[in-house]
Amino acid sequence: MTDLAQAVVNGVLIGAVFALVAVGLTLIYGVMDIVNFAHGEMLMLGMYSSFFAWSLFGLDPLVSLPMAGFAIALTGALMYYGVIARVLGKSPLAQIIATFGVQVFLRGLAQFLWTPDTRTVTSPWADDLRLEVAGVVIGGPQLIMAIGAVVTTGAVALFMNRTKTGGAIRAAGEDPAAASLMGINPKRMYALAWVIAGAATGVAGGLLMNGYSSSPTAGVTFVLMAFVVVAFGGFGSIAGAAVAGLLVGVAQGVVGLYAPSYTLAAALALYLLVVLVRPQGLLGTR
Amino acid sequence: MRRQATIALLVSIALGLAGCGSTSSDGSADRSDEVKIAGLWPLSGSNATQGNDVLHGAELAVEVVNGVYDLDLPLAREAGLPGLGGAKLTLVTGDTQGKPEVGASEVDRLVNGGGITAVAGSYQSGVTLTASQRAERLGVPFVNGESSSTALTERGLKWFFRTGPSDETFATTMFDYLAARKAQGDTVNTVGILHTNDQFGNDGATVTKKVAGERGLQVTADVSFEPTAPDLGSQVTQVRAKQPDVLFVLAYTDAAIKLMKTFQQLDYYPPSLLAYGAGFSDPAFLAGTGAIANGAASRSAWATEIADKRPAAKAIAELFQKKYNAPMTENSARSFTSILALAQAINDAKSTKPDAVRKALSALHVPAEQLIMPWDGITFDAKGQNTQARGVVQQLIGGKYRVVFPKEYATTDAVWPMTKAQP
Repeated sequence: MTDLAQAVVNGVLIGAVFALVAVGLTLIYGVMDIVNFAHGEMLMLGMYSSFFAWSLFGLDPLVSLPMAGFAIALTGALMYYGVIARVLGKSPLAQIIATFGVQVFLRGLAQFLWTPDTRTVTSPWADDLRLEVAGVVIGGPQLIMAIGAVVTTGAVALFMNRTKTGGAIRAAGEDPAAASLMGINPKRMYALAWVIAGAATGVAGGLLMNGYSSSPTAGVTFVLMAFVVVAFGGFGSIAGAAVAGLLVGVAQGVVGLYAPSYTLAAALALYLLVVLVRPQGLLGTR
Repeated sequence: MRRQATIALLVSIALGLAGCGSTSSDGSADRSDEVKIAGLWPLSGSNATQGNDVLHGAELAVEVVNGVYDLDLPLAREAGLPGLGGAKLTLVTGDTQGKPEVGASEVDRLVNGGGITAVAGSYQSGVTLTASQRAERLGVPFVNGESSSTALTERGLKWFFRTGPSDETFATTMFDYLAARKAQGDTVNTVGILHTNDQFGNDGATVTKKVAGERGLQVTADVSFEPTAPDLGSQVTQVRAKQPDVLFVLAYTDAAIKLMKTFQQLDYYPPSLLAYGAGFSDPAFLAGTGAIANGAASRSAWATEIADKRPAAKAIAELFQKKYNAPMTENSARSFTSILALAQAINDAKSTKPDAVRKALSALHVPAEQLIMPWDGITFDAKGQNTQARGVVQQLIGGKYRVVFPKEYATTDAVWPMTKAQP
């Protein structure tokens, strides 16, 4: 019984992280209808910036979180103005190829600049924390990552739903023409969406360095889950991503206890099941 | 409409012609003073660190063959291949990206490009599997040094040669080590296996179960995980529930680091952890885990301590360090040895024709003293496996791997249970 409780707890903790990683992806899609295939690489860059803050300046990943967020926010802006703005309104295939191209480019660049070696932050502060409740162990890194993920996801949701700028971004996403009639500059809102998505992803990367290692292909693991979570929760819905993330995390944890090589299959099976009943995902609107 | 159809027709003809290139290499080198071999390893992707390390080992071997070195190694003392009039060995590299299908298509690309006498590769057993199958069909020898999956030499292939130990050899070494520990009073009755769900992991689990059965040990846990699984808590929980005396682990670097962190988090360590190399041999693993991995043991085909027992090993390890500013590992040592063996076979054959090289490989005998490895020599059986390859067991003590078995290479006693090696 304790093992099951442990698996569920592990699942919830990592599910929160899946949700945060998915936030940036779902935001971009919700606002611009563009699937960002370079999302995993933005995450990877966030992880690297956190690692280098630690290895070069001795900053704990928690301390350098704002830096990681800022760095990838900048990356998001660069991606928007450099690549996305040029394929806006063009064929979906062109948009897919564009973001996919950035993915390949960033992976190659990372290997070129930093070698393919795996980089780990040894002994982050989070390591010193360890809780044990009724036989269930909650590791410091897992807890910190989950708390950070929940706070950040909540912050992004609050910004998007309760502030004027957030409303403006959503308006630009719903109907750019009407939005511009209301005095909103859609292009600027799109850029802002990329900045926010980048910031959230950068923070996610920084949080991940508390328990994971970075390498040029580090984005692969989490971005697959991110895509599942986004599709499952509904493209464009942050709340959907949050719920889906938790569900996927718990499913993986529980299945891992009984059929350990089918954890990925379990996550995808869950998604297929929901999509049969509700093609737009749990909380999706289209 | 007609113009489009004509263009389409011309394009398909062009593609068709490009696709039906010559499917066999006649083995003749482009220049008579050059012998070309192809080397395919993961130079990008998640195993790029190991791939580049392996490439360096191969490149060093090519240098030793082409240059003049005062070492007791085949072809070291002469420049080039004397059997072919001093012809230089050239290594043409390809990147498998760590993907089986890319490995196979790289074999196609390089061999069909012409002039390739033999192919070497490809680190990951899953990639070596497909790449060597393609080489078999093209009729070109495929020499492998660093892939350990037993399935590779069980396919009845005629052109595949593995110089390094198979996981069956490694398993035998590790079970011999366990027998020695049992004789010393440690409890060794039950075995658990925690492995990555791919060719390497699954074949390793199968062979572990086989040898465990032969030695009368019970396998109480067999848990696998996705190579890219972000959380291994459930898997480790499962293993912990069974409390095996010995836990065999097959994992690449990321998962290996994740595993050690999960063990620490759940405060569970098996009395003995025996890894099948791979991630556990990666320097990034040591850097990434620090003290929490102390006590973990791993099979290895080579260790720096071997250098003390074989003078050529010491010289080569130093050359490697100087050239690449990184220590030689069991992977680069194995690829170095496989290229040297291949060069010797080409030299013995006095020809670059693939069939002659294949015959020479089948007949190859390299004595132990002419190797940098802790092996009894190189002799291939009918399946293409070097039956004289051996492994050693090394354990992480004080942040460094020390050989603990067999006695002739051991520099220290093993620490059992593994928690004794931790602060």
